Amino acid sequence: MNRLAAFLLCTALTAPAFAQELRATGDLGVVVERATGSVLIVDQSERAAIGRVEGFGDLSHASLVFSADERFAYIFGRDGGLTKLDLLTQQIVGRVVQAGNSIGGAISDDGKLIAVANYEPGGVNIFDAETLEQLVAIPAGGKALGLEDAPGRKFVFSVWDTGETKIVDMSGPEPKITTLSNIGAEPYDALVTDDGRTYIAGLFGEDGLTSIDLWAEVPEPRRILPQYGRGKEEMPVYKMPHLEGWAKAGDQIVLPAIHHHEVLWIDSRTLEETGRTATHGQPVFAMARPGGRQVWVNFAHPDNDTVQVIDSMTHEVVGEMKPGPAVLHMEFTSRGTEAWVSVRDENKVVIYDTTTLEPIGEIAAESPSGIFFTARAHRLGL
Amino acid sequence: MPKMLAAAVLLLLAITLPATAEVVGPERAAQLEHLVVQDCGSCHGLTRKGGLGSPLTPEALEGQDRELIATVILDGVPNTAMPPWRPLMSEAEAYWIADYLLKDQNQ
Repeated sequence: MNRLAAFLLCTALTAPAFAQELRATGDLGVVVERATGSVLIVDQSERAAIGRVEGFGDLSHASLVFSADERFAYIFGRDGGLTKLDLLTQQIVGRVVQAGNSIGGAISDDGKLIAVANYEPGGVNIFDAETLEQLVAIPAGGKALGLEDAPGRKFVFSVWDTGETKIVDMSGPEPKITTLSNIGAEPYDALVTDDGRTYIAGLFGEDGLTSIDLWAEVPEPRRILPQYGRGKEEMPVYKMPHLEGWAKAGDQIVLPAIHHHEVLWIDSRTLEETGRTATHGQPVFAMARPGGRQVWVNFAHPDNDTVQVIDSMTHEVVGEMKPGPAVLHMEFTSRGTEAWVSVRDENKVVIYDTTTLEPIGEIAAESPSGIFFTARAHRLGL
Repeated sequence: MPKMLAAAVLLLLAITLPATAEVVGPERAAQLEHLVVQDCGSCHGLTRKGGLGSPLTPEALEGQDRELIATVILDGVPNTAMPPWRPLMSEAEAYWIADYLLKDQNQ
């Protein structure tokens, strides 16, 4: 009898008594509110914000990654802050100010390590994802950027001042660092393709871009699009383009040009140019819709009220929208049915149907910049 | 002779005047402030403590000439990531930004 009572009690405790209060995180996301140091937690299915969390410091140029279980977001602030946010309780559960001036971060493929790229004092710091305890500091002799995760518990980053790329292997007891010098002058950002094979650094200070085959026994820098560069019609760059892992469009990689109002297409294996598309302005993000059928592009000041959609097979612009002043970022739902677009100067996120290119929803947000959906947790290079 | 001097002064004034003669109205000033915070902020930081670009706080700029700052804004710095903003603003507006940067906004 006692045993039965105990069993019943036990069942009562473990049964989903609070089922209506349970929530999964697979359709959640985080919108950075850059001017107020806060973030919105958004629900993709509800097309709504479900909470605002404050206390992240200076979030200009902030980005974030998600834990492998999609419960936590690690937010990288400009002021060197690394903050761990619980999406379910909507609480900050950890925060360290780990440098004076930071530019972004990455999470290792096994989800155990968080790396942060720093401008001041430069280099990369690596933390335990659970506790935010600092494990390693990797000096770099300059501003570290283009920090990406790579297969095998590795991180890769580049250095603006020295034109080097460093591969940090964290698979052993001690970090193993490989430095590739001479990747080119002033790398400004980089990406890793979603197969974890190709690292591409954009160069501000000279023509072309540099790729590194991370699958190679001895990775070496290789200049790609060497003839592509400033040329005669160099244009001022009012905002640096961003290179991100959403670059694979079918068999091609799509890249925002620099100094030119163009998007560049290269073959993802040979890395040879396959085309260029003239665009509305200096592209900032060129993001392939999941599946790669189209690429959405936003632009630098003063052309940043526009988003263009480009067909990845024909390289033609097939759509153009004016979401509002200062479109800073875009994010696709995991299978690409919707694109969420942040419109900083109208304090809103506009949701587009990617088939009709019509707006289907809107969320109020304070000076929104980056939008990040939890599906990123399960992709390399994001 | 004094006439010559006066003429020279006037000529000098005429040459340097355009930089300051055009008045930046309150509406445009608000736009410029927004530009400084948000768009300069992309590289120099929202709080102007620096990023890819150098810090632009009043402390960082202490002792700098407003004319030099305005020139850097208008023409950029060759071989760096600082672009010329001349296509997007007038000289008077660049001077307005220079003065804005030199002034401690917290005072």
